[in-house]
Formats: sequence, C-alpha cells, structure tokens
Amino acid sequence: MLTSLDKNLLKEIADIDDIPKGAFNIRKNGQGIERNVTENINIVTKTDKPGIDIIIKPHTKDENVFIPVILSEGMDDLVYNTFEIGEYADVEIVAGCGIHNESDQKAQHDGVHEFFVRKGARMKYVEKHYGEGDGKGGRILNPKTIIEVEEDGVAELEMVQIKGVDETVRDTEVKLHKNARLIVSERMLTYLDQVAESNITVELVGDNSTAQVISRSVAQDDSKQIFHLNMRGHAECRGHIQCDSIIMHNAQVSSIPEITAFHGDAQLVHEAAIGKIASDQLIKLMSLGLTEKEAEDKILEGFLK
Amino acid sequence: MLELINVGVTLDGEDGKVEILKNINLKLDNKKIYVMTGPNGGGKSSVAKAIMGIFNPTSGKILLDGVDITHKPITERAQLGVGYAFQQPPRFKGLKVHELLELSAGKTHACSACDLLYDVGLCAQDYLNREINTTFSGGELKRVEIASILARDLKVALFDEPEAGIDLWSFQRLTETFENMNRNTDTTIVIISHQERILRLADEVIMIADGTVSEITSQEKVLSTIEQFDKNCRCAADCDREGYRNVNFA
Ligand SMILES: Nc1ncnc2c1ncn2[C@@H]1O[C@H](COP(=O)(O)OP(=O)(O)O)[C@@H](O)[C@H]1O
Ligand SMILES: [Mg+2]
Repeated sequence: MLTSLDKNLLKEIADIDDIPKGAFNIRKNGQGIERNVTENINIVTKTDKPGIDIIIKPHTKDENVFIPVILSEGMDDLVYNTFEIGEYADVEIVAGCGIHNESDQKAQHDGVHEFFVRKGARMKYVEKHYGEGDGKGGRILNPKTIIEVEEDGVAELEMVQIKGVDETVRDTEVKLHKNARLIVSERMLTYLDQVAESNITVELVGDNSTAQVISRSVAQDDSKQIFHLNMRGHAECRGHIQCDSIIMHNAQVSSIPEITAFHGDAQLVHEAAIGKIASDQLIKLMSLGLTEKEAEDKILEGFLK
Repeated sequence: MLELINVGVTLDGEDGKVEILKNINLKLDNKKIYVMTGPNGGGKSSVAKAIMGIFNPTSGKILLDGVDITHKPITERAQLGVGYAFQQPPRFKGLKVHELLELSAGKTHACSACDLLYDVGLCAQDYLNREINTTFSGGELKRVEIASILARDLKVALFDEPEAGIDLWSFQRLTETFENMNRNTDTTIVIISHQERILRLADEVIMIADGTVSEITSQEKVLSTIEQFDKNCRCAADCDREGYRNVNFA
C-alpha cells in the first residue's frame, strides 16, 4: 500500500499524484507492490533474478510506462530491468528512485537497466533521483543503463539528480547503429559532502549515427563531482558533448573528456567548462531588485532546468 | 531628483589603483531626458554604474530625492527605483525572456510583456519563450535588456548605448518609446549615446571625458558643433582640431 510519504516520493521522481494510468510497476523496499499492463505494454517479473521485463509491442504510439522505485527504510536493493521497445513504437518511460531514510542504516538502490530500441522506434527515458529523511544512514543510488539503438531509432534520455542523494555512481553505455540518434540531457546538483560520478560512453557504430550529450551540474558546499563523458566514432558519424559545471563554496568538479575516432569521417566535439556564477548575471538580477541569494537561486534554477 | 556631488570612483585594477571617475557633479530632474555622450573610455558607463551601485563611490555623495544612497547596495537602489540597461548585457542559460520580464516588472506592476517587446521592435510570439542563451544575437540581447528596464516603474532609468546592434526600423520605435516614457512617466531618463537621433531627444546633453563632466550643454549646441565639424574636417576619427575633445563621436 502507498502511504502519503510514498506518494510524496512518487510526486518528486515521477511527477504523479496517485496511481498512474496506463502501464506501470511500482517497487517499494525491494518488492513490486502495484502493477498494471496494457494491450500494448506487458510487464513480466524475471524468474532468474530480481527485476522485470517491459515489453512494448511494435508500432505502439503515445503510451507511457512508469516504473518508479521507492525506499522508505535502510536496506540494499538490487534490480535488473530489461526493456524491449518494438519496431516503430514511440513511448515515454518514466523511471526514477526516491529514498526516504530516517534510519541510521544506509539505503541503497542499484539498478541495471537494459534497453533495446528496435528499428525505427523512439524512446524517451526520464530518470529522476531524489532523497530525503533525517537519518544518518546514507542514501545511495548506483544506476547502470545500457542502451542499444537499432537502425533509424531514437533514444532521448533525461537524467536528473537534484536533491538528497549522498553517493551516486551512474554508468551509461549506449550503442548507436545506422541513422540512430541519441540525445542525453543530464542535470546534477550536489551539496554538503555528497559525491557523484557520472560515466557516459557512447559507441557510434553505424553510418550517419548522431549523439548529443549535454550535462549541466552545480556543485555546492564540500561536494565532489566527476564526469567521464566518452564518445567513440566507428563510422561516419557526428557526436557532441557539452559539459558545463557551476562550482561554489569548497566543492570539487572534474570533467574528463574523451573522444576517439576510429573512422576518417567521424566528427566529434567535446566542450567542457567549470566556473563560478558569472558576476554580471548576478549584478543584472540584483539591479532588478533581487537580493544576491535570490539572484543566485534564479540563475541556478535556470541552469539546471 | 538625482544628485551626484563630487563623486569619485577609484578601482583596484591589476596594476594598482585606477581613478576612473573624479569630481562628478550632476543634478538630474524628474521627467527630463539627459543624453550622456563623449569619447570612448571617457567614463560614461562608469557614471551609470556608480548610480546603480555597481561601482562604489570612493568619494562624494549620491542623493535620490534627498536620500543618501551613496553606499546602498545594488538591490536596495533597485528597489528605490534605479534601473540600468547594461551596455553589454549578460546571457542566461535556462532563463526565458518572459521570465526575465516578469522578474523586472515585479508582482505589483501589471505589464504586458508583448507590448514591452513591441516597444523594442521584437515580435513577442517569437521571443517570449526563448531562453536568453548563446543563440541570441547581440542586437536581440540588447533589446530584451532595454525591455527589462521599460518593464519597471522607475525614478531613474539609465540606458547604456541602447542603439548598439539595432536596425533602423527598430531604432525608430525605440526613440518613440523613449518619448512615450518621457510623456507618460516622471522618470528621469539618462541615455548614453552617440546617435544624433537620440541627442535630439535631450533636454540636456552631458559631456563626459577623462572621467569627469567636461560640459553640460544643449542638443542644439552639440548638433551644430557636429555639423561644423563635419564641414571642416573629413577625418573625424583621429583629429586634433580644436573642439574635437568635446565632441568625439568615434
Ligand atoms: N572594472 C574596471 N576596472 C578597471 N578599469 C575600468 C573598469 N571599468 C572601466 N574601467 C576604465 O575606466 C575608464 C572608463 O570606462 P567606461 O566608463 O566604460 O567608459 P565609456 O563608457 O565612456 O566608454 C576606461 O579607461 C576603462 O578602461
Ligand atoms: Mg560605455
């Protein structure tokens, strides 16, 4: 059953107020508690390990799948999910993990998500991570995302971590075939002594495949962030990585670019920048009557939107 | 009324202290248009920044309606009704045009963002939802900046080279906008400009050179000097002729 605390977590990570319509699977404290399937979208519990298979029929259009995970106590949760997005389907998948930990024991969720985006299919995948609770136990999230996009397929990823996650290592691996397209937008905010690492590797193996990775982060207080964004072009392809960080207080940010071309017609660009909030932006907003703090918040809010 | 009394600004530069403004004395009345002009590097933007509080006066006094604002922070001056459209406005990743205009207008002022954009020659439909990021051209950025000042109820509105990057048609709109503002409000309008069309709006022209007010004069006098100057000399860009010091429109 969903408590009001659970509902609050769901609101934060999936922007839903109640049980969603359409296909969904809600996992709480290591167990599936609610599920719905539709004519086009089936969800099956794995038999060999914890997790589910989400099977979306070819040509399914305009449907959503919600698969949020919530933890409301200290525990270790590990899950393997496999997504099959049928040919020419067009769907949005909303995942995400919310942790409410009042205990002094750590609450950890490690998820391995594997996606097959079949020929001509289009998938938008939204993943939000959120933590709350006053316990001393850490809130730890380590997602691993593996995506294969077949010919003419499109994968769009939105990965957001704004609040309350003490430690995270996120690994994302994507393989793009002929004409396949990838758009990744990552947003991260860390504070106190949080630590976050994001590793994204994109293999462009098919001709005319394209990838765009835009990562924006804000590191505050004593937090640490590390980004390894890596693109490898094995064919005639185009890739662009843009990694932008705002650093504040005593935080640390490393941005480690890597682009490798294995083909004469691969075009790869990496841009990375780390800096504090531009003072002319602050002055501009203050000259409209905002206090320094309000101006700062406004700038960060826009930057992470 | 805004008064600057013997205002001086000295900044800590890379090679020690630099005096960028000295002995600035100005009395600016409500409902008047002042055009500030003079050679590049003369100190025009610095005067505006001293009024806005971006530069802190190291000597002298600034009074707004008799209230000493010399050492008040930027935010407080803004709330008292001082506004400044930057010469080089910043871009904002993620902040949309309508959001900036709402921030400027504040909660009390019921303004229409569409009209504001129209006043600076931008089509609201195309711009309201655009982020003020690197996709904005210099001219577009300037116009949004000007609109953000027009959105406010101000005692003193400072516009720093508003014409830069603006096409002729929008320029026409812009001069009308200044005229309307002058007609419909009591705002003291200060426009930093080298443009003849803007100079023609001036109740008084303030010449700034070498970090101080070199002359306070009328538009007629400045315009006739330019005319004379054009007749006498074809090399206005770098000429030492007498009178040039006061009217460098480089
Ligand atoms: N932040 C600063 N630090 C040091 N010197 C400055 C700074 N801003 C302006 N100046 C100097 O002050 C002088 C006046 O500049 P400014 O007010 O921008 O002139 P104008 O707007 O008339 O072209 C110039 O010599 C300029 O180099
Ligand atoms: Mg200037």
